[in-house]
Amino acid sequence: MTLVYFQILSAALFSIGLYGVLVRRSAVLILLCIELMLNAVNINLIAFSAYSEPIVATGQVIAIFVITIAAAEVGLALAIIINLFRNKGSVDIDEVDLMKW
Amino acid sequence: MSASLLVFFVLSIVCVGGALGVVLARNVVHATFLLLLSLMGVAGVFLLLLAEFLALVQVLIYGGAITIVVLFVIMLTKSDDFHSMTDNQQRPIAFIVSLGLFGVLTFAAITGDTGNNVRSSLKFADLGDSLFTKWAIPFEVASLILLVALIGAIVISKQGEEE
Repeated sequence: MTLVYFQILSAALFSIGLYGVLVRRSAVLILLCIELMLNAVNINLIAFSAYSEPIVATGQVIAIFVITIAAAEVGLALAIIINLFRNKGSVDIDEVDLMKW
Repeated sequence: MSASLLVFFVLSIVCVGGALGVVLARNVVHATFLLLLSLMGVAGVFLLLLAEFLALVQVLIYGGAITIVVLFVIMLTKSDDFHSMTDNQQRPIAFIVSLGLFGVLTFAAITGDTGNNVRSSLKFADLGDSLFTKWAIPFEVASLILLVALIGAIVISKQGEEE
C-alpha cells in the first residue's frame, strides 16, 4: 500500500466537499462541506508525514492546527448563522446578497 | 490483497459514501449524521496511517463537539422553508468543476514520485516534544485564535439579541 491510495481518497473527499460548497443552499450544509474539505487536507498531511523517511512530526502538528482552526471556524460560523436566522428568518445563502453588488 | 489494503478499502467506502450522503441528502439532520460517519471513517484512516493521537482528537472534537453544536444550530434555525433544502442552479457546472479537480489531483498523484513504501509511526513523546519546542509559538497563537473566536461568537450572537 503506497501513498497514492491515500492521496486519491483525499482528492475524492476534497472534490465532493467542493461540489457541496458550490451546490448547496443551506448555510449549515455549506459549513459541513467545508469540514469535509478540511478533513481531506488532514488525510494528505498525515499521509505525507507517515511516509516520510526519517519520520518528522511536522505533518501531524500542522494537522492539529488545522483541527483547531476548524473548531474556531465552526463556532464563529454558527454564531453568524444564528444571527442571520434572527434577521432574515431563513438560512438560505441565495437570499443573503446584500454585499454582492 | 493484504489485510491493511482491505481495511483501507472498507474505510474509503465509509468515507466517500458518507461524504456523498452529506452532499446529496435532502434532510439537514441526516446530512449531519452522515458527516459524522464520514469523519469517523477519516479517524480510521488516521489509525491506518499510525497516527493514534490524531485519530483520538478526530473522534473527540468532531464526534463530541462539532456535530453536537451543528445539531443544536439546526434545531435553533429550524424553518419550514423547504426552498433552502434544495440545490441551486449551478449543479452541472459544479459537477464538471469538482470532477475536473478530482481528475487533476488523481493524475498528479499517480504520475508523481511515489516515494518509499513503508509507513512509520511517530511516538507520542516526539509529537509532544515537537509541539512544545519547535512549534511553541504557533501553538500559543492557535490558542489565542480559539479565544478570539470564542469571544467573537459570543459578541455576534449577543448583537442580534439587542435589535
